[in-house]
Amino acid sequence: MIALIDYGAGNIRSVQNALARLGVESKLTNDAQELQQADKVIFPGVGEASFAMNQLQEQQLDRLIPNLQQPVLGICLGMQLLCNYSEEGSTKTLGIFDTTVKEFEPKLNVPHTGWNSCKLTSSSLFQGIKSSDDFYFVHSFYAEICDATSATCDYIQPFSAALQKDNFYGVQFHPEKSAEIGTKLIQNFLEL
Amino acid sequence: MLKKRIIPCLDIQDGRTVKGINFEGIRDAGDPIELAKRYVDEGADELVFLDITATNDKRKTICSLVEKIAAEITIPFTVGGGISSLEDAQAVILSGADKVSINSAAIRRPELIQEISNRFGKQCVVVAVDIKQIDDEWFVFSNGGKRATGIKALDWCQKIADFGAGEILLTSMNNDGTKAGFALEITHQISQLVSIPVIASGGAGSIQDFEQLFTQTGASAGLAASIFHYREINLQTLKNELKTSQIPIR
Repeated sequence: MIALIDYGAGNIRSVQNALARLGVESKLTNDAQELQQADKVIFPGVGEASFAMNQLQEQQLDRLIPNLQQPVLGICLGMQLLCNYSEEGSTKTLGIFDTTVKEFEPKLNVPHTGWNSCKLTSSSLFQGIKSSDDFYFVHSFYAEICDATSATCDYIQPFSAALQKDNFYGVQFHPEKSAEIGTKLIQNFLEL
Repeated sequence: MLKKRIIPCLDIQDGRTVKGINFEGIRDAGDPIELAKRYVDEGADELVFLDITATNDKRKTICSLVEKIAAEITIPFTVGGGISSLEDAQAVILSGADKVSINSAAIRRPELIQEISNRFGKQCVVVAVDIKQIDDEWFVFSNGGKRATGIKALDWCQKIADFGAGEILLTSMNNDGTKAGFALEITHQISQLVSIPVIASGGAGSIQDFEQLFTQTGASAGLAASIFHYREINLQTLKNELKTSQIPIR
């Protein structure tokens, strides 16, 4: 069973739809036992960081998530919440990835909206995906490049398009909105 | 590198596409989902669904369609047409739309932009702006282009951006339907003025029109309806040719 962390933030329906298209059943839950027993956990998120952290704290998910043992995939805000700190609302976040989330300087249009390619490493998450392939991004904050960076994207400046440490994976883009390439990435995650 | 986006627009009435004709391989030309899937396969970067239904149970019809689209479509999509309150926007977004497009309601009450933006994030809010050139000045029109507002296009676009819009969908009424090309100068001026993406609409008739749009203006995306509906331009061919002209295209 694939669990989607339900913390009352963002549009998670699109992730659930993407899984359903792959014929995979998923459950939206904030129940500790269900999350711990799931085969994989997806941590989606669209929204504002400090609001989202508050939601996680209220449901005591801030202590549960870092201790999950199975593969966990953070998407967009979900990925950012797995970092140390976010400038958005000056928020201390979950601290899996040792990096900071900063706001783009508006040298180009912000939010960074649209399809962009990434320099990928050999992570199993990117199997069958090329650095020339494009993913759909929409975000105003970015994670700085760090040791856990597994893909970089360049917009205004280079930033972490994907992060990976132990069983934790994070992507800044939206695989659930990235046509067949995004579907491939979700499939790769499910096969981990 | 961030790619320029090509966005087909589908006009929806009572849950069906209005301009749908006999597409090869599509079982039912009036089915917006069939058409949308076709566009996705051909490489559309996003889709816009413009609901022109004018009935009382409009919201219910559009939300049930949005749910079906969201279940099938693997790229982002915007829903517009008659969204006039936060409740309307919320209903469409919670049904699965990635973005809503608002127009006349934002002119009546610009705070609506802020309200949707605060609730769902600015990336959800597309403000559609219909403009018309009168003498040397571009003005904003509302109510489907029927009502002159007397507001200057540049002033309104700046205000929209200040109120927290995520994107501007700019339609030149002078160019719309002419197939003689986009309104390049005003599109460029607005894209230079604001720091949010501008989607240009109105006037696309050829591949060269898109090429000019992306080389002569700062537009992030080009939107068109009939040329894609009637297969005057094939999306794949368009994207390949733009790539050949060194324009960043997915």
